[in-house]
Amino acid sequence: MSVLLETRDLARNFGAVTAAADINVKINAGEIVGIIGSNGAGKTTFINMVTGFLEPSSGEILFQGKSIVGKQPRQVMRAGMCRSFQVAQLFPELSVNENIIIALSMAENKRLPFFSPLRTPKMEEKAQSVLSEYDISEYAEETVMTLPQGVRKLLDIAMALLSGPKVLLLDEPTSGVAIEDKFDLMDTVMRAVKKSGAAILFVEHDMDVIARYSTRLLAFYDGRVLADGPTSQVIRDEKVQKLVIGHHLDLDKLEALNA
Amino acid sequence: MKNSTYISLFALTAVLIALGLIVPYWFSFLITIALSKGLVVLGLVLLMRAGMVSFGQGLYYCAGAYGVGAFSQYFKVDDILLLLLVAVLVGGGIAAIVGLLLSRYREIFFAMFSMAFSMILYGILVKSANFGSSDGFNVISPTLFGWAPQVEGGPVLPFVAIALIVLIAGIVMHRYFNSPMGMAGEAIRENEIRVEYLGISVQRLIYYKYVMAAILASIGGAMTAMTVGHIDPEMAYWTTSGEFVFITLMGGTAHVAAPFVGAIVFELMRTFAFQISPYTWQLILGVALLAIIIFLPKGIWSLKSKIMKGDQA
Repeated sequence: MSVLLETRDLARNFGAVTAAADINVKINAGEIVGIIGSNGAGKTTFINMVTGFLEPSSGEILFQGKSIVGKQPRQVMRAGMCRSFQVAQLFPELSVNENIIIALSMAENKRLPFFSPLRTPKMEEKAQSVLSEYDISEYAEETVMTLPQGVRKLLDIAMALLSGPKVLLLDEPTSGVAIEDKFDLMDTVMRAVKKSGAAILFVEHDMDVIARYSTRLLAFYDGRVLADGPTSQVIRDEKVQKLVIGHHLDLDKLEALNA
Repeated sequence: MKNSTYISLFALTAVLIALGLIVPYWFSFLITIALSKGLVVLGLVLLMRAGMVSFGQGLYYCAGAYGVGAFSQYFKVDDILLLLLVAVLVGGGIAAIVGLLLSRYREIFFAMFSMAFSMILYGILVKSANFGSSDGFNVISPTLFGWAPQVEGGPVLPFVAIALIVLIAGIVMHRYFNSPMGMAGEAIRENEIRVEYLGISVQRLIYYKYVMAAILASIGGAMTAMTVGHIDPEMAYWTTSGEFVFITLMGGTAHVAAPFVGAIVFELMRTFAFQISPYTWQLILGVALLAIIIFLPKGIWSLKSKIMKGDQA
């Protein structure tokens, strides 16, 4: 398998506080990698660093063998790595359809046209097809700020996937989503990701979601990677259970979900 | 925009020009000034759609006017097309430099920096004896390849020119607002982070918009200079920039026509308020703005959608 994303001794300090240190990770094409860790363990800091949102204090980030340290988010995105956010980053006063159409035009054009119309029948058709893929067509004309949390999350992920990235990073895709809707949301996302062929890294607190969807798991603790390996192994790791998960797990149930 | 809309706009402009030849000169003069300011406000709308409020468009309004004034005086040129080109180059040139810094700032910092730059120009002009210091200097009446038609009371060329400029600017900006780059302004206003993660440089887009707004303001300033025949540093003073923000709030930002409607209403209101009450006309303007903010928070242009909704009901 070819390595898409690699970090070497990646670290980030905020003054005297070490938010991340010694992070050495390799992400291969097509992998589905879960990331777990308690609050402040460095998960979001890690995602922010590899997507250009935060500059590392030291270390190296290689994407397809080339360093992307110091690159702007847009340059990281154009290189082939996109992300969604813990709090969905959308255009709240615009409709769902407008959000998708704007995102489509930006994903397709590095230099935006300034005289031709944005809303062409072809573009509307494309937007419709994206909304159908994520089962959110019924919300097309609704303003984003009126949407339920789950739909916002889907829209955020849909917009991140529009440019056809090689790696997609999702920061807590199911946070704020009702328990009964979490699997539906993740099924929809995984279907779309599988179609695109992108590798996926997702930060998640819900161990059921982790067990069901990830094939590999990174456990963060105190800014460092405590364990990295197949999900079924990492969740059985005693240190991970004690320091990261912090409560007793129904391993049989998780094993069944992982299968 | 449909072909029928283009035809209607051309017809409307032709009617406006014809009316300008019939109505008293003071009225066509007032409309010329209003439309010139409307151009500045159109640039402000362009910035406001991207979430940026400039309190310094007076800088470019004044730069365009002084560019025309100085060029015509020192090179003895009176051709309107050449003078407008000079205004575009002066305003666009200054914006191309100032914009490099300002496009990095947002919200109150952008507003205050833009005002600071306009006050720097004001300060320079007030102390420049060559440009008439605080008194300013006169600008010659423009011609078109030496042709300068007159109606009873004054020249007609500025009015015809501004009507045509507004038509062209209106069509171009309407297309721009509905283009991917135009809509990106609204996306920036809503969420810069998402725009960056869609692969677009927010700073570069704001820079382009800033320069475009400056060019519109420079043309507005140039037309005012050629219409009034006199320019002074007050054009760069912060109250002039504030007046443009005032007109923007009055007209609204929803359509390219809104700035011109706002500017015409503003100029008419000011003229009549001054005539009715020469010492308290600002009070009348203030009350009118308050009424608009309370009853039409999206500006006078929002009346159109309210009326259309009323028709449907």
